[in-house]
Amino acid sequence: MSVSTFQSEALTSLERQYILLTQNGLPIVAKPYHWIATQLEISVEEVLALTKDFQERGIIRRIAAVPNHYKLGYKFNGMTVWDINDEQALKFGNAVGQLRFVSHCYLRPRHLPNWNYNLFAMVHGKTQQEIQQFRSQIKELLKEVLVTREDDVSQSIPTRSNDMLTSTQILKKTGLRLKRKAVS
Amino acid sequence: MDKSSTTVIAELSPLDKALINLLQHGLPVCERPFEQIAQELNSTEEEVIEHLNQLLESKVLSRFGPMFDAACLGGAFTLAALSVPEKDFKRVTEQVNSFEQIAHNYRRDHAYNMWFVIATESQEEINQVIEKIEEKTHLSVLNTPKLEEFYVGLYLPV
Repeated sequence: MSVSTFQSEALTSLERQYILLTQNGLPIVAKPYHWIATQLEISVEEVLALTKDFQERGIIRRIAAVPNHYKLGYKFNGMTVWDINDEQALKFGNAVGQLRFVSHCYLRPRHLPNWNYNLFAMVHGKTQQEIQQFRSQIKELLKEVLVTREDDVSQSIPTRSNDMLTSTQILKKTGLRLKRKAVS
Repeated sequence: MDKSSTTVIAELSPLDKALINLLQHGLPVCERPFEQIAQELNSTEEEVIEHLNQLLESKVLSRFGPMFDAACLGGAFTLAALSVPEKDFKRVTEQVNSFEQIAHNYRRDHAYNMWFVIATESQEEINQVIEKIEEKTHLSVLNTPKLEEFYVGLYLPV
């Protein structure tokens, strides 16, 4: 299933307070939802109900621990990009997203002639060889829908049906946060 | 490689590994979630809590809590790229990073060698930031906003 784009639908004031309070994480204590309840001055039953409601609406994906890739030895990542048949893009994008080594998977617009890729999938592995294998696995999955194009004389970059861009340096990294001023 | 190769790979106990593997998938929403986790792992609530706090402290876990859909936090996002001549790379990095709306920026090995996420309050502001980057750098921005997002099954087993 693809995720429908969440239109910044009206969140209630309580919902915004919940997000502001928990977006940096929950304390690891025996009763974490009681901690939220105390902070928001509501009952723990209300907190649990709100949390489940958020999950049903897709606002919270899950309550989980996020490991640091590097500390676990997953030092290599590759942004794999694919030029696939538009009619089949939803079906195949969904299949690629389900692979366990894919952390992000999106359809994005092409900008022909220099950028012909419409499917992006980020892969993570412990070695360069491993991410190459992951790329091959995705290629196998997409083989029927990869597009072959003729090169245009005007273009500076030759056209391929897929590529993998590995990151060589982090130039900037900050978190995405709900801003306090957005609370009314 | 993203970070210097000196990043130390953490040494983990069997319980640590089991917790990392289990909690990536998500925690039950109930009053005492760690008690349930402890039962599954033949451990105790105290021990689970102690180990998880240590994993956070040593930064093996970067975060614990609700994973929000970024779009629900409000605002607009896009992924964009530049093809930067090598001799200008340092200057352009400074110019692009100077915008507070640039959340992430990565160097990648491709003709489009700079990839960044623009996060703003509105779609209009995204367009303004792109225009300003083009003015400042004299380079053309490749703008690839998401059209569709797929649920992912990422799992990093240890």
